[in-house]
Amino acid sequence: MRFCAASDQSILLYLGEEIALATNERVLKLLRLLQKEPPAWLRNIQPAYCSLMVTFDATRIDHPAVEAALRKFEQRAESLPAPKSRTVEIPACYDPEFAPDLLDVARAHNLKPKDVVRFHTSRTYHAYFLGFAPGFAYLGDLPEEIATPRLEVPRKQVPVGSVAIAGKQTAVYPFATPGGWRLIGRTPLALFRTNRKPMELISIGDQVRFQAISSKEFSELAAS
Amino acid sequence: MSSLVVKSPGLLTTVQDLGRVGFGAIGVSPAGAADPVALRFANLLVGNQPGAAALEMTLLGGSYVFPAGGTIAITGANMHPTLNKQEIAMWATVPVPRGAVLTLGPTSDYARAYLAVAGGIKVKLFLGSASTHLLSGSGGFQGRALRKGDVLRFGPAPGKIRLRRASQGLLFSLKPRKILRVTDGPQADQFSQEARNAFSHQTFRVTDQSDRLGVRLDAPPLPSPPPASMITEPVPLGAIQITPAGQAIILGVDQQTTGGYPKIANVIGVDLHRVGQLRPHIEIRFERTSLAVARALWIERERLLNATEQLFA
Repeated sequence: MRFCAASDQSILLYLGEEIALATNERVLKLLRLLQKEPPAWLRNIQPAYCSLMVTFDATRIDHPAVEAALRKFEQRAESLPAPKSRTVEIPACYDPEFAPDLLDVARAHNLKPKDVVRFHTSRTYHAYFLGFAPGFAYLGDLPEEIATPRLEVPRKQVPVGSVAIAGKQTAVYPFATPGGWRLIGRTPLALFRTNRKPMELISIGDQVRFQAISSKEFSELAAS
Repeated sequence: MSSLVVKSPGLLTTVQDLGRVGFGAIGVSPAGAADPVALRFANLLVGNQPGAAALEMTLLGGSYVFPAGGTIAITGANMHPTLNKQEIAMWATVPVPRGAVLTLGPTSDYARAYLAVAGGIKVKLFLGSASTHLLSGSGGFQGRALRKGDVLRFGPAPGKIRLRRASQGLLFSLKPRKILRVTDGPQADQFSQEARNAFSHQTFRVTDQSDRLGVRLDAPPLPSPPPASMITEPVPLGAIQITPAGQAIILGVDQQTTGGYPKIANVIGVDLHRVGQLRPHIEIRFERTSLAVARALWIERERLLNATEQLFA
C-alpha cells in the first residue's frame, strides 16, 4: 500500500502496482465502504485498476489526516466479504458495418474476423472500474490472441454503443465521444441512462459477457 | 417567467454551475464553470445562490435578447458587453429593460465570460447539477452548446436586488495570472532532473487545441519523459500530463476521470480558476510550491469568498 499526493486536494492510494483481480477487489471493497460511510471531508472517490483517488475538502482536513483515515478504512474494508457482482450480458453485432477495425485486428493476428469474434465472446470479463466517460467500464482481460494496441490516431467521434478493444482491455462506448480503441462491434443497449437505477449498465466489479447477434436482432433490440 | 433568447451564440456558450462532484466511480467528470470564482461572483451580484446556473461564453460572447427584461451581471473575460449598444459595466449588477439586446464581442484579455441572470438559468438537472458536459452530451441545455433561437428560462428572481459592484481590491486578488503554482504530480520523481528543471523554467504557449477537457501547451519537448507504459489511474482536476511526445496538457473541468500519461505536476486549488481563463497563444510558466502553502492559500481564498458571500447576502 502506497500513498501519494495527487494534488493539493486529493490523495492517491495504490493498493498494488499491477492489474490483478485481487488488487482490484481491494479497491472495490474500499470504494464501497467509503460510499457507505462517507466522511464529511470527502468530495469524490475515483477508483481505477489498482488505485483509488480521494478528493477532499482542504478547509476541513489535510493530507496526513486523510492518509490516516484511509488506512483505517482500508483495514476494515479488507475484512469485509467481496461485494456482490452481477453478471451482465451484452448483445453485440460484429458485422462489418458496426466493426470498422475488425479486419485489421484479425490481420494483425493472422486470424479470420470470425475467430476474433469467437475469442471476444469466449470469456467472462471483469469490470475493473468506470472512467473516461459516464458508464465507460474497463473490462478485462482480453484473450492474448486478440490483444491489439490502440489506434495511433484516435477517432474524433466513435459511434455510441461501439464495442472496442485496446491492449488487453475491452469496453463499450456509452456516448459518441472521441476514442482511440479499435472498434470490433456494436451493442444496441444503452450503457448509461439517468432514469435507471443504477444508471450504468455495467458497474464496477460486474462480470460481463458478450453475445454475438445478427444485424436483424440488433435492429429489433435497438427499436425495443 | 423571464427568459433570454439566443440571437447568436458566440463561439461556444454553455449552461454551467459549480459542477457535479462525487460521481467519479461511475465515470462522470465534474464539469461546471471553468472559472468557478467568476461564476460565483456573477451570481452574487444578481442576488442568486453562488452556485446557480449561468452562461459560460468562450472567446466570443454572442448576442441575447431579454423579452421580459431582467437583472444580469457579467464577470470573467472582458468581451466588452453592451446593452442596446450602450456599454455596460462588468462585475456589477445591471438592470435589463424589456426587449433589450445584450451583445458581447471577442475577448480582449482572458478566455471565458460568465453571464448570470437573477433567478438563475432553469434547466433539467443531471446528477444534481445544471452543468453541460459536452463530451457525453449530458446536462445543461439539451446537453449541448447554445444555438441561435434557443430560449432559456429563468427561475423566480429574488425579491429585491441591490445594485452592487465588486471592489477593485477583490478583483485584483482574483485576477488571472500567467504564472500558475503547482505541486508535484504522482510521477514527478520519474522525470529526469533535466526535465523537471525545464518544466519549472521554460515558457509554455497555450495552443488552439485547448478546450474544457484540457489545455494543450506548446513548448520544446520535455527531455526524456518516462515511457507511457503506466497503468491507467485516477487523475485530478489541474493535473499536468506529459504526452509521449513530451508535450504538456493541463486537465480541465470536463476532464477524463482516469488516464495513463505520467503527471509531472498539478495546478493548486487557488489557481484552478485561472486555468479556465487561459486562452490560445498566451504564454505561461509554472512555479513549484508545497502542499502546505497550497492549503493555506486555499483556506484564505475560501474565507475571502465566504465573507464576500455573507456581505452580499
